[in-house]
Amino acid sequence: MLKVSNLYINYGGIQAVRDVSFEVHTGEIVTLIGANGAGKSTILKTISGLMRPKSGLITYEDQPIQNASSATIVGAGISQVPEGRHIFAGMTVQENLEMGAFLKKRGTDMSSTFKDIFARFPVLAERKNQDAATLSGGEQQMLAMARALMAKPKLLLLDEPSMGLSPIYIQKIFDIIQSINEQGTTILLIEQNAKQALSIATRGYVIASGEIKLEGTGKELLGNKQVQSAYLGG
Amino acid sequence: MHTIIQQLINGLSLGSIYALLALGYTMVYGVIKLINFAHGDIYMLGAFWGYYVLKFWHLNFFVALLTAMVFCAILGVVIEFLAYRPLRHAPRITALITAIGVSYLLENGMSYLFGASARNFPQAIEQQNYHIGGFAISNIQVLILVTAIVLMLALQLVIKRSKMGKAMRAVAVDQDAAELMGINPNHVISFTFALGSALAGAAGVLIGLYYNTIDPLMGMTPGIKAFVAAVVGGIGSIPGASLGGFLIGILETIVQAVGLSAYKDAAVYIVLIIILLVMPSGIFGKRTKEKV
Repeated sequence: MLKVSNLYINYGGIQAVRDVSFEVHTGEIVTLIGANGAGKSTILKTISGLMRPKSGLITYEDQPIQNASSATIVGAGISQVPEGRHIFAGMTVQENLEMGAFLKKRGTDMSSTFKDIFARFPVLAERKNQDAATLSGGEQQMLAMARALMAKPKLLLLDEPSMGLSPIYIQKIFDIIQSINEQGTTILLIEQNAKQALSIATRGYVIASGEIKLEGTGKELLGNKQVQSAYLGG
Repeated sequence: MHTIIQQLINGLSLGSIYALLALGYTMVYGVIKLINFAHGDIYMLGAFWGYYVLKFWHLNFFVALLTAMVFCAILGVVIEFLAYRPLRHAPRITALITAIGVSYLLENGMSYLFGASARNFPQAIEQQNYHIGGFAISNIQVLILVTAIVLMLALQLVIKRSKMGKAMRAVAVDQDAAELMGINPNHVISFTFALGSALAGAAGVLIGLYYNTIDPLMGMTPGIKAFVAAVVGGIGSIPGASLGGFLIGILETIVQAVGLSAYKDAAVYIVLIIILLVMPSGIFGKRTKEKV
């Protein structure tokens, strides 16, 4: 579904990503794990079209997308939940969700999409007329995910969805990720919470200083001695 | 007391003009963080459009007003496309200096092509003065105030309800996140310039009718005062710009009424200095940051 080949990205004059290649197949949960500053977010932003690679190829459903605009990429079925939520403060929960469906044609009936979203995230239904900035951190993360799902993506990119959340919310978020995947959405997940990410992932890649160091199934990486000592706290 | 209320009435008319202009400053700033110093000159071009349409085509005043809005909207979009878009990723100061350059180009271009002299704006609507309870008010003052309020309500509706209006707010809050929704920021920016410039065009035609005289440099001082109004209201805030406009208009007429006409511009700049010192984010300030 998504294929990244020999990707090099410069960020602020530094070579942030070097020769990274990986693949995401339809139906998988693939995770990129690694320490802060390893280049994971840079890779996701480049897939979404917010950044341009220096060289390399990104293909989605066999089409090159490394020079496509964000709007084209979202339209093709890739949505990203950015790190730190980035909800639209000052706009209501409902309006935030409407923005998620921005590319849907005028006059499209969104009521069934809203119904599905509110069924999955009941807390958002309760707060739909509230300013999104008044939500708690966990609720904002739910909103950011719901907003991305409004576009009905085939591939969902998640950047650090558990960051800064309480353990209860972290569990909720991972449950939701799994259920979204079970309902047919392919997922590329970036996490510092490596243990939990690997435990739900089909496959994973370990990234350090902009390069892929290891790859394997979620289980293999969870059992790997190097991974355990470096990312799973021994 | 009587004088003060009378000046309040006069101030509301002038304030309407500043408010319409200030809205353009604040919207553009909200979306691309640029103080568009050429905004006052769009207002001048709107006045000139009205002048030619009324004088040579003898059209109805409201047709002149509406076509001036359309003309200025297109002009705003073209100026943004030619002058500011190539600088989208340049430092902010580059775009700011460019805006000043565009302002000079429009002022001097108009002087060169059409002549620098002041012209009498056609009195498309004959002025009538009413006396209500001892206060004088003209039909033109009422027209300005009502038109400004109708335009502000329409703007509010567009921003709150329309898809582009919502996208505009989204880009103003967080451009990257808006792009991730598939919103093309360039479309939103063009839309913002169109809205702001249309309001400036309307203000230009209204002021022509009110002051009877227009010239190519007429946009300079009101442009700067409207900028002060936007800062007083809290730059980026739409209700702030409207309120700031009315406050500056009223302040200016009151300063004139107490016999300090020569200092009416200075009074506005003093307000700017005081606001920047004690309340830099203005009356409506900036929204609180989202929780982390």
